[in-house]
Amino acid sequence: MSGTEWETVVGLEVHCELKTATKLFCGCANSFGDEPNTNVCPVCLGLPGSLPVLNEGAVERAMRIGAALHCEVHPSVFHRKNYFYPDMPKDYQISQYDEPINVGGWLDLPDGFRVGIVRAHLEEDTGKTSHLGGDGRIHGADYSLVDYNRAGVPLVEIVSEPDIRSAAQARAYASELRAVLVAVDASDGRMEEGSLRVDANVSVRPAGSDTFGTRCEIKNLNSLRSLGRAIEHEAARQVALLESGEAVVQQTRHWDEAAARTVPLRSKEEAFDYRYFPEPDLVPLAPDAGWQAAVAGSLGLLPAQRRARLLALLDGAGDGEVSAAQADQVSAVVDQGLDDLVVAAVSGGAPARLALARAANEVAADVEAGRRLPVADFTKLVSMEGDGKLSASQSKEVLGELLGAGGGDPEAIAGQRGFEAMSADSVVAIVNEVVAAHPDEWGRFAGGDQKLMGFFVGAIRERAGSSFDGKAVSAELRRRLQEA
Amino acid sequence: MTGGAPDGHASPPPIGREDVVHVARLARLELTDEEVGRFTGQLAQVLAHAADVAALDLAGVAPTAHPLPLQNVLRPDEIRPCLDRQEVLDGAPEVEDHRFRVPRIVGDAP
Repeated sequence: MSGTEWETVVGLEVHCELKTATKLFCGCANSFGDEPNTNVCPVCLGLPGSLPVLNEGAVERAMRIGAALHCEVHPSVFHRKNYFYPDMPKDYQISQYDEPINVGGWLDLPDGFRVGIVRAHLEEDTGKTSHLGGDGRIHGADYSLVDYNRAGVPLVEIVSEPDIRSAAQARAYASELRAVLVAVDASDGRMEEGSLRVDANVSVRPAGSDTFGTRCEIKNLNSLRSLGRAIEHEAARQVALLESGEAVVQQTRHWDEAAARTVPLRSKEEAFDYRYFPEPDLVPLAPDAGWQAAVAGSLGLLPAQRRARLLALLDGAGDGEVSAAQADQVSAVVDQGLDDLVVAAVSGGAPARLALARAANEVAADVEAGRRLPVADFTKLVSMEGDGKLSASQSKEVLGELLGAGGGDPEAIAGQRGFEAMSADSVVAIVNEVVAAHPDEWGRFAGGDQKLMGFFVGAIRERAGSSFDGKAVSAELRRRLQEA
Repeated sequence: MTGGAPDGHASPPPIGREDVVHVARLARLELTDEEVGRFTGQLAQVLAHAADVAALDLAGVAPTAHPLPLQNVLRPDEIRPCLDRQEVLDGAPEVEDHRFRVPRIVGDAP
């Protein structure tokens, strides 16, 4: 098979911890990082005689996820998934099996590629086990310690179709899905705290084939970086097997970030047999049309719509095409929830590109402060810079003070600091001085060596100090160049 | 699950000793040879009874998820008091660092 071109096929299962106040079936707090075993009760400890009652807030968030992913809400039933492992004290996990709440749907990636969604169902999270003694890894450990604070925390598991064709596309999907989950207030999106956990089903096939190869499921993907690397390594491993005439064995594998490889999980001799059966302590869930409509109506703008809104503002500003860097700024501002600030500033008269740049660079460096920043102050500052009353570096300095103080009058702050933009006369004067001081460089620049633009701008910046106005200086340099 | 022979006379699926041993293993039950034999007979009777139901024409009958005619039993998302940690851990065979200490785990999390 050597010389064959291979295509990678990926389907992702994303487990999203819901941002509820309480667990899925009991009133214990759903809170990350608390002292071990402080958020537990008879229900989530599986004590005899305790009964689960479904959390309305978790159902609501599951429906929001479904609505954002264009799923249909179906009447659903909870099942018991039976297994013996100490992360669940009941010896089963309550999950939705063959009748999940959300069915079908899709997610469009920023580049327009559409990934199908099979389902998005509710289930409870498991407790946290730590393996101690021996070499500290599960197989070598002497014993394990269990904290049940996470046992019973509500999860939605979102299963994609095997539509994804590369590691980069898998990352784009996970990233966009994360943004959607945060936007609909279902998740805090913190991958590093385990709020989002991804399993990847990976297979390879000769390019052009329409049948799937044997897949492996990779677990332990706790960051976008791990997700991308694991898929690349796993696909390469499978291609190497096939090219040497061996077969891929369907199995579950674990991503070892340090060793940069996937390793098979040691399975027991028998395949897992979870003996699913309907949870007798819970009744079916069937949200009526009214509830579904209320949820769909409360979604607000999704990330794709927010990006489109900003891009439309840039387009409407009438100062040229949107650059790739500006498109990145649009994505960053939407990811950080700062797009409302930009939109408000622009509708208050601030120039769109400048408002976007200040939000994506300076405000994004302190998002919390940015959320407290009064829109009127931000609008005024950006307008002053846009009108040439402040240079870029002065504007950034004033913005830093606004962020630190939670607002203020940009004009007053600029006055206190003695800021005024370079006057047209001072621009000409400083450019004159610098050009006179570097006749050789000027000669080469005038002769067409564009690289020297940076040299002159830097020298002028040094001389002008904080009043430096890059736009005015480059305009003056270009004007002189044409005269030269 | 509305299976059954097309003629309406379903016969129970055969069950052998090896099935009983497998199910017992899944439930972590240790059975003697004598018990395996006894339970094989009893489970065959249970399956025969289920086959009577399977033989009925149930086309158009929705599966029963729950015997109670209820749905959407929900509670508000409000925090309720938890158990006292000391009380919780007092019931554990072994405790370390405020966590349940359990023996070495063989095999991986499912």
